[in-house]
Amino acid sequence: MSIKTYKEATWEAMKEEMLRDPSVYAMAEDIIGNGGSMGHYIGLGQAVGDENRVLDAPISETAIVASAVGAALAGMRPVIDMRFSNCLPVCMDELTNQAAKSRYMFGGQGKVHMVVRCPDGIMKMQGAHHTDCLEAWFAHVPGLQVVIPSSPAEGKGLLKSAIRNDNPVIFFEHKTLFKMEGEVPEEEYTIPIGKARVARDGKDVSIIVYGVMVSRALEAAKVLEQEGVSAEVIDLRTVSPWDKETVLASVRKTGRVVVAHEAVRQCGFGAELSATIGEEAFASLKTPVVRIGAPFVPIPMSPHLEDMCRTLPKDIISAVKRVLS
Amino acid sequence: MFTKEELLSYYTTMVQIRQFDLEAKRAREAGEILGNVHVYVGEEAIATGVCACLNTTDYIESTHRGHGHTIAKGAQLKPMMAELYGKATGSCHGKGGSQHIADFKVGMLGANGIVGGGFGLAVGAALAARYQKTGAISVVFFGDGASNRGTFHEAANMAAAWRLPVIFVCENNGIACSTPHSTGGQQAVVDLSKRALGYGMESYVVDGNDFFSVYGAMKRLVKRARGGEGNCCGFLECQTHRPFGHIVGDVQRYRDPTQAKAQWEADDCIKNFERRCITAGWLEPQDFEAVQRAVSETIEQARQFAIDSPYPDKSQLFTDLYD
Repeated sequence: MSIKTYKEATWEAMKEEMLRDPSVYAMAEDIIGNGGSMGHYIGLGQAVGDENRVLDAPISETAIVASAVGAALAGMRPVIDMRFSNCLPVCMDELTNQAAKSRYMFGGQGKVHMVVRCPDGIMKMQGAHHTDCLEAWFAHVPGLQVVIPSSPAEGKGLLKSAIRNDNPVIFFEHKTLFKMEGEVPEEEYTIPIGKARVARDGKDVSIIVYGVMVSRALEAAKVLEQEGVSAEVIDLRTVSPWDKETVLASVRKTGRVVVAHEAVRQCGFGAELSATIGEEAFASLKTPVVRIGAPFVPIPMSPHLEDMCRTLPKDIISAVKRVLS
Repeated sequence: MFTKEELLSYYTTMVQIRQFDLEAKRAREAGEILGNVHVYVGEEAIATGVCACLNTTDYIESTHRGHGHTIAKGAQLKPMMAELYGKATGSCHGKGGSQHIADFKVGMLGANGIVGGGFGLAVGAALAARYQKTGAISVVFFGDGASNRGTFHEAANMAAAWRLPVIFVCENNGIACSTPHSTGGQQAVVDLSKRALGYGMESYVVDGNDFFSVYGAMKRLVKRARGGEGNCCGFLECQTHRPFGHIVGDVQRYRDPTQAKAQWEADDCIKNFERRCITAGWLEPQDFEAVQRAVSETIEQARQFAIDSPYPDKSQLFTDLYD
């Protein structure tokens, strides 16, 4: 193990996969000049010994995604980066009609093995066009997979799996993750897509989270522990497919559930979790599920208003207190 | 100069497309097949002339009106017809249908239900070919209406900027779904190939009802694309007719259907081909008759194959979605 930032860990994942498989290439706007929106591709072309495999794209999001679909159908494994998740709506046809459906509607004649990396979430005063968490949109589309890592080690293992995987993967990476440090194994590893992990064992309440919310939930759990509450934290890792079995096992154990995300609460992925828990583990519930997320507004720039849209450890703690009462 | 075999092969392809789509139209009108069916009748010389310049390993991206492109690229008619019927033996195992037909074996990467959906995919296929060093080139067919989409402009710019071998083939039939260009509300330029100038591409405007014009211009563009020197993209505008409605069942209240059909009949690409070959002394009328008869039999066999084939088993609902 060694301590690495998320940026370093995922850079290594890119490098390793590009060296392992010549069909993997990276493409994004500003991928050379700035090394990507978070500088997470700096030096990648030189590191893999082929600068032609890191492509600086024109500002053409629809062509970036569509070309990745076409290249994948012709046998390549593109990793494209949208710079910010808010660029995704620019190319919704390419993602939801072309990437998601080409394999199915052509009867399996081609596969769309591509990864769409999307830095997302509230960082600091970036305003409504640079902050959305859109995972629920894409979890609603058959044919796509949605992966949301929570730490440097998780990011590396999940990105490697996403690249090797034969499905189109939307890979949401909270912008605050890129500077996060954590232990990353030295040896080769991957993390399977569709398998949640119990990030913290507990018996009184299940906190179901993914992405950046995992560290916030763990922080909340520490505080709760001091108050005598044993909180279990489930890191979903992927929201499509999502690991129902692990979630339901936790719910059956604790009987109390908090679902939390940074995306707006209305029609967020928490709604799917909450509904499924209600349908399949109702008898185990001691109190109704509480789900928390951002209020139903575009994220405002002004700092105090922006703060009202974050889902923080204190919000998780108060949600846990609600399910315990 | 063409050999007799080549001429007969081009003629056969055009007649296959014509008869396949007239049969598809009949079956759709009779309610034997349902769903959206866009027939390529009247535009056969374009797909045939373009694909005659391509190899099996080259890629094409198609439109809603994709049967002609698929046939011209070399697909088999039986699985194509079965696909229209939604049968398990169809090219896409019945999951795509007419509007989403594809045959990857011959480099046909798919019809597309989204107007202008194929541009970027064609760029990607050309990029893949460059990485894989296969020497394949990529062709995207699209209509005059689709040239107004931003996807065209993004893909054209990217292909040209990256020196990728992509040829943009515009089938300009003068009408976007139900809106003729004459309404003036579709685009400011009449000559759509002028758009290629903005991307530094070589471009040609040809009579899309004349196989030999399409073939000749395409041959030049393909040679340039394969050469791979500089901006090797191309743009081919083929001016043509759409004798029927946008879709089978369209009553065409936006124009006089009789007049549209009559204009096409006076300029039918298959008759034009026959006239040219006879005038030049390349082929005899009986050559055409023999092809017509043989193709009729093939189409009947394809129809029978489609009817006799089973529907996909219910167990197929979730196959080919994820690994």
